[in-house]
Amino acid sequence: MSSDTNIVIRVEHLYKQYRLGVISHRTLYRELQTKWSRIKGREDPNSLITADDEFDPSNNSTFLALNDVSFDVRKGDVLGILGKNGAGKSTLLKVLSRVTTPSKGEVKIKGKIVSLLEVGTGFHPELTGRENVFLNGAIMGMNKREIATKFDEIVAFAEIEKFIDTPVKRYSSGMYVRLAFSVAAHLEPDILIVDEVLAVGDAEFQKKCLGKMQSVSEQDGRTVLFVSHNMDAVQRLCSSALLLRKGKVVTQGDTKSIIAEYLKSDTGFFGEKIWTREEAKGNKLVKLLAVRAKNENEMVAAEFKVTEPIDIEVEYEVQEEANYDVHIYFTNQTGAHLFLVSDVQAEKWRSTVRPKGIHKSICHIPANFLNDGAFNLLVAICSSPYSTHAVVENAIYLSIKDDFDKLGARGSMTQKWPDVAVRPLLNWDFEYNKD
Amino acid sequence: MLTETKDTEWTTILKAKRHWWNIDFKEIWAYKDLIMLFVRRDFVAYYKQTILGPLWFLIQPLFTTVVFTVIFGKIANIPTNGIPPMLFYMAGVVCWNYFAECLNKTSNTFVSNAGIFGKVYFPRLVTPISVVISNLLTFLIQFALFMCFWFYFMSKGSDIHISPFVWFLPFLILQMACLGLGIGIIVSSMTTRYRDLTFAVGFGVQLWMYATPIVYPLSEVHGKLKILVMMNPMTPVIETFKSIFLGAGSINMNMLLYSWIEVIVILLIGIIMFSKVEKNFMDTV
Repeated sequence: MSSDTNIVIRVEHLYKQYRLGVISHRTLYRELQTKWSRIKGREDPNSLITADDEFDPSNNSTFLALNDVSFDVRKGDVLGILGKNGAGKSTLLKVLSRVTTPSKGEVKIKGKIVSLLEVGTGFHPELTGRENVFLNGAIMGMNKREIATKFDEIVAFAEIEKFIDTPVKRYSSGMYVRLAFSVAAHLEPDILIVDEVLAVGDAEFQKKCLGKMQSVSEQDGRTVLFVSHNMDAVQRLCSSALLLRKGKVVTQGDTKSIIAEYLKSDTGFFGEKIWTREEAKGNKLVKLLAVRAKNENEMVAAEFKVTEPIDIEVEYEVQEEANYDVHIYFTNQTGAHLFLVSDVQAEKWRSTVRPKGIHKSICHIPANFLNDGAFNLLVAICSSPYSTHAVVENAIYLSIKDDFDKLGARGSMTQKWPDVAVRPLLNWDFEYNKD
Repeated sequence: MLTETKDTEWTTILKAKRHWWNIDFKEIWAYKDLIMLFVRRDFVAYYKQTILGPLWFLIQPLFTTVVFTVIFGKIANIPTNGIPPMLFYMAGVVCWNYFAECLNKTSNTFVSNAGIFGKVYFPRLVTPISVVISNLLTFLIQFALFMCFWFYFMSKGSDIHISPFVWFLPFLILQMACLGLGIGIIVSSMTTRYRDLTFAVGFGVQLWMYATPIVYPLSEVHGKLKILVMMNPMTPVIETFKSIFLGAGSINMNMLLYSWIEVIVILLIGIIMFSKVEKNFMDTV
């Protein structure tokens, strides 16, 4: 056991087992039927729904939502928890926030823990904003006095001073969320668990919430566990991240590399996507057949070095000739749009109708152009003027790695390169006068 | 670091197994503000947006009493031991209402609060306890109504007086609350697995009322039926209440003690079942 005294959450060999099949809505009749057939030594007519509460991973009518999960969280950490749907994120948060208990293993917690699995838990529509602030605060574990001292701050943060004595059923959904989040943000627990709640509310308020959470962890040294599919938020908030896959911890480490790993292996289709004629995206005029990324050796790849050129090949079948053009939209690992390239100005087809048949548009991305990180490509085939025939989001995911090659834009610099979209190696001119 | 924390200083340890006797009453006390806020919510939300508002708390027992007086008093001619029938029935109705409401409203704790319970942790017993307290407010309003009628009938010359045992009243209320809570949480613990029970509760409570001396005096019951009625833990409560305010029947200390034991056993079983279910019910609901 490590002797680190700053650990505020220690999860040790945590398992959570669920039974498969119908487990709820059972009736006394069924239960008795099962018991009776057991006494009689007959086969249980309801065998899918065994009443076995024992932990037994070998039983194949059960599955493990969490399978031997162990990790530590240090004080002041903002830990992002990543994983596909069904990877066990929500189960982990439910166990940590004590909504359900583990099947095996232990979680040790130091300090007061507040979970925000939903904003506005327990809000009653008939009660006023003021009454709901107190009720919601108390549900989250604050006492009346604590809420009273924070009350003005909560209302000011939510920007609803005027409506605080109006029943919340008259609130707009934005006001409702603002008030609910504001209560949660002012709880002052030692550990805060946040699940996807930022997916609601307007962009402006989301920013404010992220800012508030950031200041909570930085200034007050509080620990935050954060689950979100918004990679932008995870990237900005989290000091480290944890990747779950099928109930197991795959890796834990710095946010950027975990996000890249997550996008690559948990959400991505690597460097190539091919569609059969039947499932090809598009319409009667044109169909998208394949998108692939190739390296210098003409090999399909998903991982590239910063100093490598990349060819993006878009294959499509023209069924009715027209003035098509291919667009590739680059977005980074945080979902932010970086830039759009198009072959509309390419000399070969400029203002020219593309005839029937299989076409390939190949875009050459030079070496030393993209920064390191994960890139998510959207491919579209359009025709002028302004018709879109095929759009594929997440066509391919590419991971660009910094190889620290002295020939790259980095040169022999060793400190962290800024988190920007491109890292081009451009031409410079120099002038020099001795005097 | 000046403030060193040791490995033993964990404030919370979450484990798979928890012993049934390990119920954290201190934690429930720490959430007393939440209990009071739930009480307030239930009370306020109940009459907001109704025209008659809190008057509903009075209309229901008043009409039930009138109906009982007509059916059981006038038509069936069940004797009321010389007590004005209106008062006799109202005493029973007001008490029974409190018990029945406590039972009914706590019996679906898990199912109707699944939304909140699935999102945030607080000691789950907070919810049924707050229900019992908010029903107490209703009871007090209805009891005040009963006292109004009591004074009215006394001024009309009825032979009623308050017995010196009136200090029993808080204990009677507590007993009804505990019994309603106990059975309510037993049922709510079982409804997470057997939804059938939800249907049984409403009508079971109704049948139970007829096994309690509400619409008839205990003195009118004889033979084997009397044993059944006497075994009912609500019987001594109602009888004592009537004896205190109406002078009907006598206070049977043995019966009262025996029913208290029944109530405590039921409540303990309820708390144990409840805390066993609360750990994992989110996985089955």
